[in-house]
Amino acid sequence: MELKTKIDAEEGRADLLITREFDLPVELLFKAYEDAAIVEQWMGTKVIKLENKKHGSWAFETSNTEGQVVFRANGTIHDFVPYQKIVRTFEMENAPFDVQLEFMEFEKLTDDTSKLTIHSIYRSASLRDQMLKLPFRQGLNMAHNRLQDIADKLK
Amino acid sequence: MNLRRDVFQAIADPTRRAILLLVASQSLTAGAIAANFDTAWPTVSKHLAILTECELLKQEQQGREVHYHLNPDKMKQIADFIEPFRQIWDKRFNKLESIMKNYKTK
Repeated sequence: MELKTKIDAEEGRADLLITREFDLPVELLFKAYEDAAIVEQWMGTKVIKLENKKHGSWAFETSNTEGQVVFRANGTIHDFVPYQKIVRTFEMENAPFDVQLEFMEFEKLTDDTSKLTIHSIYRSASLRDQMLKLPFRQGLNMAHNRLQDIADKLK
Repeated sequence: MNLRRDVFQAIADPTRRAILLLVASQSLTAGAIAANFDTAWPTVSKHLAILTECELLKQEQQGREVHYHLNPDKMKQIADFIEPFRQIWDKRFNKLESIMKNYKTK
């Protein structure tokens, strides 16, 4: 089975490549990154700021159901070329991953299909690997929280 | 210098990934694998050696022929490492796609 989203992460390198083909015209794919209200929908995060221009900045924030902020990320937009590319920095706040540099390229394949390539560069290979393993930890945390909930109910 | 071979280094190369896909469905001889590539035989042979060395491929003697087949345990090791991260992005992008299908281009 051909996977729609591919991740290339070569061992010992500080970068990774995410590629995905969409059944969408490149204009709509780009709009999903450009329009704050749409970003909020698919990223599942609140967009605090999104200045789509050279030297603009952005900030995302996610809160849990109790209203506590559980995730905050921000960065600077270095280049913004409609329907072609966005170059930005990305920093997760209160996380040990440092800043990463992201090159996002939007490519028209046909009138109705497009391709997105994200080249992320981390400060070091080990920071990249930690970031890749992050979903594991989140998964574990969720399992632990769930265990805690169940345990609490037994008290 | 002999570089440490591991699965991630092995799958970083597109030809090696193509070889893994080929043998995923059935075990093949080195010749049958090479027939699928335009690359010179020594190159394919080198790729097979790397894949075997890091245990992604296993060699099996069948009569006079050596067949290569996939080592599922090792393949799982790769999948386990990147898969959760990939799935998060895949889900996000699926959502992006379904949301944007409701929009029309200008």
